[in-house]
Amino acid sequence: MFEAIVIGASAGGLKALTSVLGALPSEFPLPIIIVQHLHPHSDSYLAHILDTKCQLKVKQADEKESIVAGIVYVAPPNYHLLVEEDRTFSLTCEEPVKFARPSVDVLFETAIYAYRNKLIGIILTGANNDGSQGVTKIKKMGGYVIVQAPTTAEADAMPQAAIAATQVDEILPINQIGPYLLQLINQSKNRANF
Amino acid sequence: MLNIPYIDEILYANLESKIYLGRIFIRAKIKMDELETQNIELQLLLQAIYLKYGYDFRNYAKASIKRRILHRLIKEKFSNISAMQHKLLYEVSFFERLLLDMSINVTEMFRDPSFYLALKKKVVPELKKYPFLKIWHAGCSTGEEVYSMAIILKEEGLYDRTQIYATDMNELALKKAKNGIFDISRLKQYTANYQKAGGLESFSDYYVADDKQVIMDKSLKKNILFSDHNLATDGVFGEMNLIMCRNVLIYFNRELQNRVFKLFFDSLCTDGFLCIGSKESIRFSESSDAFEDVVKNEKIYRRLGAATN
Ligand SMILES: C[S@@+](CC[C@H](N)C(=O)[O-])C[C@H]1O[C@@H](n2cnc3c(N)ncnc32)[C@H](O)[C@@H]1O
Repeated sequence: MFEAIVIGASAGGLKALTSVLGALPSEFPLPIIIVQHLHPHSDSYLAHILDTKCQLKVKQADEKESIVAGIVYVAPPNYHLLVEEDRTFSLTCEEPVKFARPSVDVLFETAIYAYRNKLIGIILTGANNDGSQGVTKIKKMGGYVIVQAPTTAEADAMPQAAIAATQVDEILPINQIGPYLLQLINQSKNRANF
Repeated sequence: MLNIPYIDEILYANLESKIYLGRIFIRAKIKMDELETQNIELQLLLQAIYLKYGYDFRNYAKASIKRRILHRLIKEKFSNISAMQHKLLYEVSFFERLLLDMSINVTEMFRDPSFYLALKKKVVPELKKYPFLKIWHAGCSTGEEVYSMAIILKEEGLYDRTQIYATDMNELALKKAKNGIFDISRLKQYTANYQKAGGLESFSDYYVADDKQVIMDKSLKKNILFSDHNLATDGVFGEMNLIMCRNVLIYFNRELQNRVFKLFFDSLCTDGFLCIGSKESIRFSESSDAFEDVVKNEKIYRRLGAATN
């Protein structure tokens, strides 16, 4: 049974994230942790916008905050967001990784330590290759990876890079990712109750 | 425990799951054991660093430390952390490289300009009431923050009655801070930050530049004492009116954060100010009740009177 979802998005991400999160009900059973590349001084507007546009509660991740199911956490601009093994957040301002801070790879990689094979990683639209290392590691650990179909992405480089990097589980049009997640999680829940 | 993967394998195989194939799941189990082992190795490595070199990283937030150590591991092609530990214990130069990996010195002048604006508005008027001031920059890195403060103090007419202590555990960073020479590529941003921070003069009044570097004016350094101090292991060294410790506490775990807040409490005079990074908070620490908010969003606090813990 899955325990957390991590999402990486860059150029065009706001629309894509709204689409994915918009399909999920307020009692969604997993925490969702997002790195969206942003201008370093963009403050907390992303969390606010997403919060108004979907049923789930969306907030900026705080340092040392415990990760709770049913909440969507967004990395603050200009900091890397890391998951600790005790399932709390850390932030760091170390150098950008692949020109990005926050970095999708850094989030995914540390989330693997905390959630092992119970992690779902999702790569959405973006014009770089951040996240491709992260999804490779998720697959190596036995987790699950979904990538937005490049043809439906505003910028297709990031999904393309993820698909090229590893054997991903699903490549889906943006409007199907949310519904698919619901189905996937219900399936794995039923199986656990079996 | 041992046969769990097999039970799962049968279950999942029967359900024709796309999620887990039995083989992958078992492989994942083995991987998990490797991760456990790696955590043990990591703990031992940090212990070795502490015992041999005295730097205490044992209570740093683990995810970042681990990333840094694995970075060095991959770079120097070690097969595991234990192999690295051997080299660490026998080669000082290797430890020095690792130490550089582990210290994150990213900084800038007038970082978060809105913070400096708030400082000028809410804190400076209070500081003006004192005949003599002591300010401590803890974790000052390469000094940009210290020079920023010196400029503000100068513009507010406070510099000449202030003693500034600028400390860090990283001696290389301190050396740079002492030199006060910065890369010219940052100048544009620093100038913009200075203006956004409400600078009263022209930023170019405070440095001379050639085509490569920016050299900060000597007069800014006059009252700054740069020295080595480790927040994890060292203690109080004076009574301060203001302590600035920004973007350092995020690297510590709760326990170490508590230690450092206590240290700051003990190092501040009553009503002394504490300024921490914009993503840090004292509110979940043991010292929370000992400080009141001055400017909440900018993480400027003031020490209350009696010790509460
Ligand atoms: C990211 S920099 C922050 C620099 C500056 N305060 C700022 O906000 O721009 C963090 C600094 O904390 C220092 N540091 C980390 N652990 C420390 C410790 N235990 N004692 C003293 N300094 C420490 C590092 O060497 C580094 O220079």
